[in-house]
This record gives sequence, structure tokens and C-alpha cells, in this order.
Amino acid sequence: MSVEFSFLLVQALSGLASASSLFIIASGLTLVFGVTRIVNFAHGSFYMLGAYVAVTIVPWLLQIERSPTLFFAGVLISACVVGVLGVLMEILLLRRIYKVPELFQLLATFGVVLMVQDAVLKIWGPLDIPGPRAPGLRHGVMILDQRFPAYELFLIAAGPVVLGLLWLLMHKTRFGILLRAATRDRDMVGALGVNQALLFTGTLFLGAFLAGLGGALQIPRVSASAQMDLSIITEAFVVTVIGGMGSIGGAFLAALLIGQLQAFGVLIFPKITLVLVFLLMALVLVVKPWGLLGRPESAAGHTALPEGIMQPRGFAVAEKLLLLLAVLAAASVPIFGDTYTIKVATEVLIFALAAFSLNFLVGNGGIVSFGHAAYFGLGAYASGLLVTKLGMPMEPALIAAPLAGGFFAALFGFFIVRLQGIYLAMLTLAFAQIAYAVCFQWVEVTGGDNGIVGVWPSAWAASRSAYHYIVLVAAMAGILALRHVIYAPFGASLRAARDSAQRAEAIGIDVRTHRWLGFTIAGAAAGLAGGLYAFSKGSIDPTLLGIPLSVDFLAMILLGGMQTVMGPVLGAAAFHSIKDVFMPLTDHWRFLLGASIIALVLIFPRGLGGAYAALRARFSGGAP
Amino acid sequence: MTLLVVENLNKNFGGVVAARNVSFSLAAGEILAMIGPNGAGKSTSFNMVGGQLRPDSGRVLLAGQDITGLPPRAVCRLGVGRSFQVAQTFLSMSVQENLQMALIAHAGRTRDMLARSSALYRDEALALLDQVGMAKVADRPMGALAYGDVKRVELAIALSGAPRLLLMDEPTAGMAPAERAALMRLVAGIARRSAIGVLFTEHDMDAVFAHADRILVLVRGEIIAAGTPEDVRANPEVQRVYLGTSGLRAALRARAAAHG
Repeated sequence: MSVEFSFLLVQALSGLASASSLFIIASGLTLVFGVTRIVNFAHGSFYMLGAYVAVTIVPWLLQIERSPTLFFAGVLISACVVGVLGVLMEILLLRRIYKVPELFQLLATFGVVLMVQDAVLKIWGPLDIPGPRAPGLRHGVMILDQRFPAYELFLIAAGPVVLGLLWLLMHKTRFGILLRAATRDRDMVGALGVNQALLFTGTLFLGAFLAGLGGALQIPRVSASAQMDLSIITEAFVVTVIGGMGSIGGAFLAALLIGQLQAFGVLIFPKITLVLVFLLMALVLVVKPWGLLGRPESAAGHTALPEGIMQPRGFAVAEKLLLLLAVLAAASVPIFGDTYTIKVATEVLIFALAAFSLNFLVGNGGIVSFGHAAYFGLGAYASGLLVTKLGMPMEPALIAAPLAGGFFAALFGFFIVRLQGIYLAMLTLAFAQIAYAVCFQWVEVTGGDNGIVGVWPSAWAASRSAYHYIVLVAAMAGILALRHVIYAPFGASLRAARDSAQRAEAIGIDVRTHRWLGFTIAGAAAGLAGGLYAFSKGSIDPTLLGIPLSVDFLAMILLGGMQTVMGPVLGAAAFHSIKDVFMPLTDHWRFLLGASIIALVLIFPRGLGGAYAALRARFSGGAP
Repeated sequence: MTLLVVENLNKNFGGVVAARNVSFSLAAGEILAMIGPNGAGKSTSFNMVGGQLRPDSGRVLLAGQDITGLPPRAVCRLGVGRSFQVAQTFLSMSVQENLQMALIAHAGRTRDMLARSSALYRDEALALLDQVGMAKVADRPMGALAYGDVKRVELAIALSGAPRLLLMDEPTAGMAPAERAALMRLVAGIARRSAIGVLFTEHDMDAVFAHADRILVLVRGEIIAAGTPEDVRANPEVQRVYLGTSGLRAALRARAAAHG
């Protein structure tokens, strides 16, 4: 009995230690969100940079003297260095995007993530770098009959200490009081004559400092690696969302919950702790849509024009010709192009369908999904598994793809459409990560990280050209069907609900059910695209459900112009071709991609489609 | 016939009493105003009738049917149209499309994925716009209208379902004085012609005293007076807590102007 108790106690303690670490990181994220209303993807990058800077500085300091003082001085210096990087990011980027729609902000900060990833690889190389252990805290402490690392005990204390210091800062200093005021009402703080630029810069310093501190404190436990950013950022998102975005106390509570859930969940379901965490988040958000201690965002009646598809027009004659030309061009690729060109053209068509289905949600429905790749990937897995595990032929497997995409979109969407704005985007991301984690960890069925090879089309469709025509027909059918729905009453109802949910309800539209149905349809279309992709590549792997692919889809609709109906097709073609041309030319494509996304948000926010619409308006002489 | 019966509605927000035993009734074709200082519980009572808020206790009956706690869309389908304090319209659509959308919703065709929405109910939409004098701007984008016109279009949307009851939360807020009087005349005319019951909240005493058949005065969540404009105006309690003497004179002027 006592053995069991001591074991449980140690398990609980290690849960507290991870809760502490998680809180330190998440507190910075929630602080920055509270003041700037920007969900900073790059927060994970700051965490990673904190670890990398610390594994560089701390050993160097410890060479002078192996003392705890120098160890922790090194940790604090690392955190300060990262804080300064946060200041740079605020001045160079964030300051320019406070007023743009949240989707663009998310994308821009994700651009920073990509750039930092390549920069880290360039500076520190691809190998993981183990950190030194903390002098004075290397031993174990006996707790009942179990050994427990002293450093973990230190971490358990660190979280509450940071919470206490933050409380003092927020309540006893002018800066902190302004921070709290800005979290409540930032326009009012501006109207009172507070230097907002300085306040925001200071907030970013503090936020990045906390992320860096979190990273630097990890070095005795985990090696610095280039994958740290995305894994921590999803966890930090979950903590801030469960706690209520902008609430530091909420983040602390949520971190405690998640720490314990992970510590004990690992005993019961060792493989799906991540799933448990996301399920907790879904559960909390269904009961409390603004998180445990969050405040509803002040929804002061929409008076601004929505960002998305406005009045969709039919095709003009010239546009019909253009469309015909595009279809002819796509159809003639197998005649004139080489194998490689055909492959790229096939992929462009597939991504066009996926991007179109995403814009059906984002542009037409105002539902910003940050995890659309999940339905694409689940469609691909459905097809791939049916063919390789059950020996099904391609035809039924391809039919299963949209069914799988639609089924999971309906399942996840049931929870997702209950939320709004940034909470909704975060939940789409969370569900996508659940799907990713299952595909990644359920090795016996999905092949884990390596995925599954041998997903080939039926004999009659085996040649690149034949398969290209299948994709052409399927993708066009999908796109035109979705386009038809946009012009139909259902599509208009989604736009109505996006413009004013209150008004839509007041004329009798069941907003939630319509959004759910829209989400399911978009998921089914993405699933079809995923199934087509699986057969074109001949394999499936978890990257098909990953955040980077979701971001690619978003970049496509951004590039094409999310306020246009056909823009995403153009965006997919441009994005995929550009990526295909440049990726082999450089080792730093991620850096380039990140920089391009940022450039797009800053100077070209309406995309190619928007530029075309402006041209059209100028030449037709009509009102813009 | 009694169109709307509200019985003993109560609503607390974390200890703050927003509505206490609010009871009133409204006949078809009758115009009932709800007045009171800011924070008196007007919007709370209003939203409990419209379905935006669920009361802690009490009942709302529409033509004898219990609609307490039904969601707004269900209340709408039973024949209640409403306008909001800050006008709520579909900004991405044209004026006419706003009405077409409302008509599509009332016809229960919002899940239709085959028809072309821009071709549906065009004439009916124009007729409704004509009723509020907005037919001439039917093709303009909603976002390009002046606020007074937006309010008129919102009224047309609220009327699109041929409602029995119209709920208007501060119909003239944010409008110029001349526009206010015209809008209230329009509402009153339509309500009397089509025998629609109207419940509205308002801070503009001119609008209230010129058009309301009866007035409810709310203070701190309670109805302190109810009756015809004359009764309410003469009520010393109302004068003391709300109208004041200058408000009273303004009310008299408005009544005289509207009724010649």
C-alpha cells in the first residue's frame, strides 16, 4: 500500500514540475495575447531559442566556476537575450499588423516560426545539443522510498515564484497596472494618453523573456532541438485556451490540470496522453467557451466589413474563356509535359481543391480553421489504409476519402462551431494535433512516423497521365460543386451568419447547425483531395495532417485572395509552383517561405485575386 | 386579443437584480413603449422576450403559447421580428440581398444547395423595401448606406417574416432628429395597418410620447408605473425619478405635434 502511495506521490510531483515549466511559458503567451490580441505562434520559437542560447552560454559560464549562481545567471541572461529578440519582433513586425484580421496575424507570426527554424539550423546545426546539469541540484531526494530529482523539486517551486513575481509586477508597478488595463480595454488605455508603443514593446519583452526562461530552465532535462518550437507551442496554446486567453491565473490553473493529467494519464493510456490533453480542452471549451477564467471578447456589434467573400458575382464572358483556357492547359499537360511536370500539375489540382474547400470555410463562412490539413490527411489515410491493409482497389478507396474527411469534420466540428474567433481557431488546431498524434503514435496501424508506402492506383489509372485526368475531373467536380453551394442559399446563409450571427438568428437561421454542416462539407472536400494525393504520391505519412501543411493551405488562400471565390485556385497554383521551383534551389526554403508569408501579409494582404478584382474594377469603370 | 403576455419575469446577474417581477401584456396592433434610465433593465426584459436571454423565473406567452427560454430563431419562427440597438444587417450583401436572405430564411430554404440565392424572392424583397422607402437603393451595398437608412432596411428585414409582434430595441438610437420622427411614424403606420403589436424601448421621449399607446416605466429592474401616456406623464413618481420637468414639457410638445 505504501509503495503504491509513494509511487503516486512521485508521479504527482513530476506532474507539478511539468506544470510549472508549462506555466512559465504559457504565462508569456497569455500576457502578450491579453495586451496585443495577437496569438503569437513565434512564442514556441522564443522557447526554443531560450534553450539554444542557454546551452551555449551556460557551459561557457560553468567553465569559469561550477557554481549554481553562474548556472542561474546564465539562465537569466539567456532569457534576457530572448526578451530582446521579442522586442525586435514587436518593432519590426507586430507593430505593423495590430489592425489586420487575426488570421493574417497568426500567419505572419508563423512566418517568424519558419524563419527561426532555419536560422537555428544554420547557427547550431541539425544535431540535438544536450545541456549541462545544474550544479548543486544534480542529486536525487528520497521521498518515502522513491528517488526524485532535486532539479524537478526546484522547478515545482519556480512556477509559483514566477506567478508571485508576475502578480507583484501587475499590481505594484505602473507598467503592470497599465498591462492589466490594456488587457481589459486597450483603446481606453490609448485614449488616456499612455505611450502604447512602449507598452506593447515592454509586453513583448516580458512575454519573450518568459518563453526564453522556460526554455533555458529545460536544458538539464531535455536537449535543445529544432523540433522544440512546434511541440511546445501547441501545449502552450492549450494551456492558455483552457485557462482563458489573457488570464495569468487561468494559465496557472490550466497548467496544474494538464501537468497532472499527463502524469497520471501516461499510466493509463501511455500512448495517447496528448489526446487526453486535447480532449480536456474540448470539454472545458464546451462548458466554458472562454476558458476557465477568461472573459468574453467584447462583441460590440459588428460594424466593420467582414474579411472574406463579399457579393459573389457570376463569371463574365472573359472569365469563362479564362477558365476554359485553364482547364485546357491542365488537360494538355500530359500531352506536352514530362513526367515531372505532370506530377506537379496533378498536385496543383489537388491543392486547388483543398485550398478551395478551406476558403469555403474561411472566406465564405468566416470560420478560421488552422487545422484544415487534418481532414486532408484523414482522407489520405482512409484511402491508403483501405488499399494497403484491406487490399481494396482504388475506386472504392477514393470514395472513402471524402467520407472519412467529412465524418471527422462532423465529429470535430460539433465542438468547433460552438466557439468563435481565436478560440475556434485554437480548437481546430487542437483537433488537428489529436489526429496527427494518433497517426504518429498508432504505429501498428498507421506505420507511425514512416507512414505507409504502396498506395498505388488501379492498373488502368497507373500511368501519370491517366491519373492526372482522374484528378482533373475529380478536383474540378469538387471545386465547381463547392462554388455552386457558395452561390446557393446555403452559401449565402453562411455569409449571413459570418456578417452578423445575431441578425441571422433573428431571421430564423440556426447558425450553429449551418456552420456545422458547412464545416462537414469542407472537410469532405479536403478528404477527397487527400485521397487523390495519397494515390498520386503512392504513400501516406503524418506530415499530411501537420500544422505546416495547414499553414500552406492558408498561405494559398491568402496568396489567391480569400475575398474572391476562385482566388484560392490561383493561389494554390502559384504557391505550389513557386515552392516547387525554389525548394530544390536552396537549403533555406523555410526561411524564404516564412519571409514570403510575412511579406504577403504586410504588402499584399488582398492576394492575387484581390489585385485582379481591383484591376477589373478600374477597367470596367464601375464602383470598386 | 392579447398577443403577448409577460408574467413575473426575474433575472439576476451575479447578485445584481436586472428584472424583478416584470409583468405586462400587449394586444395586437398596440404600441407599447418601455422607458427608464440606463441600467433600469429595459434591454434585459426585452431580450427575455426575444429569446436572447433566459429568465431565472417567469413566463412569456405569445398568443397563448409558452415561448419562455426558446432560442431567438424559434421565437422568430413563431412570428416575432426584431431590430437591434446597433443595427444588425448583412454588410457583405446588397440591400436587396439582405431582404432576399431574410425571405429565404423565413421560407425555410437556407439549407438549399442547388438554387441560386440571388434569383430568389427578388420581387418580394423589393416590395418590402418599398414599404420602408428604400426601394431606390436596393442595389447598393449595405455597407455604403447612411445609418438612418440602415435602420430602415433593418425594419424591412424585421417585417419580412410577416410578424405578429415587432420588438425594437431603441429604434431611433444614433439617428438624426428628423429621421427619428419619420422612422417612428413609419413604424406606427405599418403596425396599425397590419395589426402588428410593437414593443419598443427608447430614450427619445418625443418618439415615446408621440406614438406609444401605453408606456411602462422601469427603474432598477421593476415596473414603477404603467399606463397611457397621460397617466405616465401625470405620475409624480415617474416625474421624480425619470422624466423631470423639462422632459415633461418636451413630451407635451411631442404629443401635440404628432396629434395636431
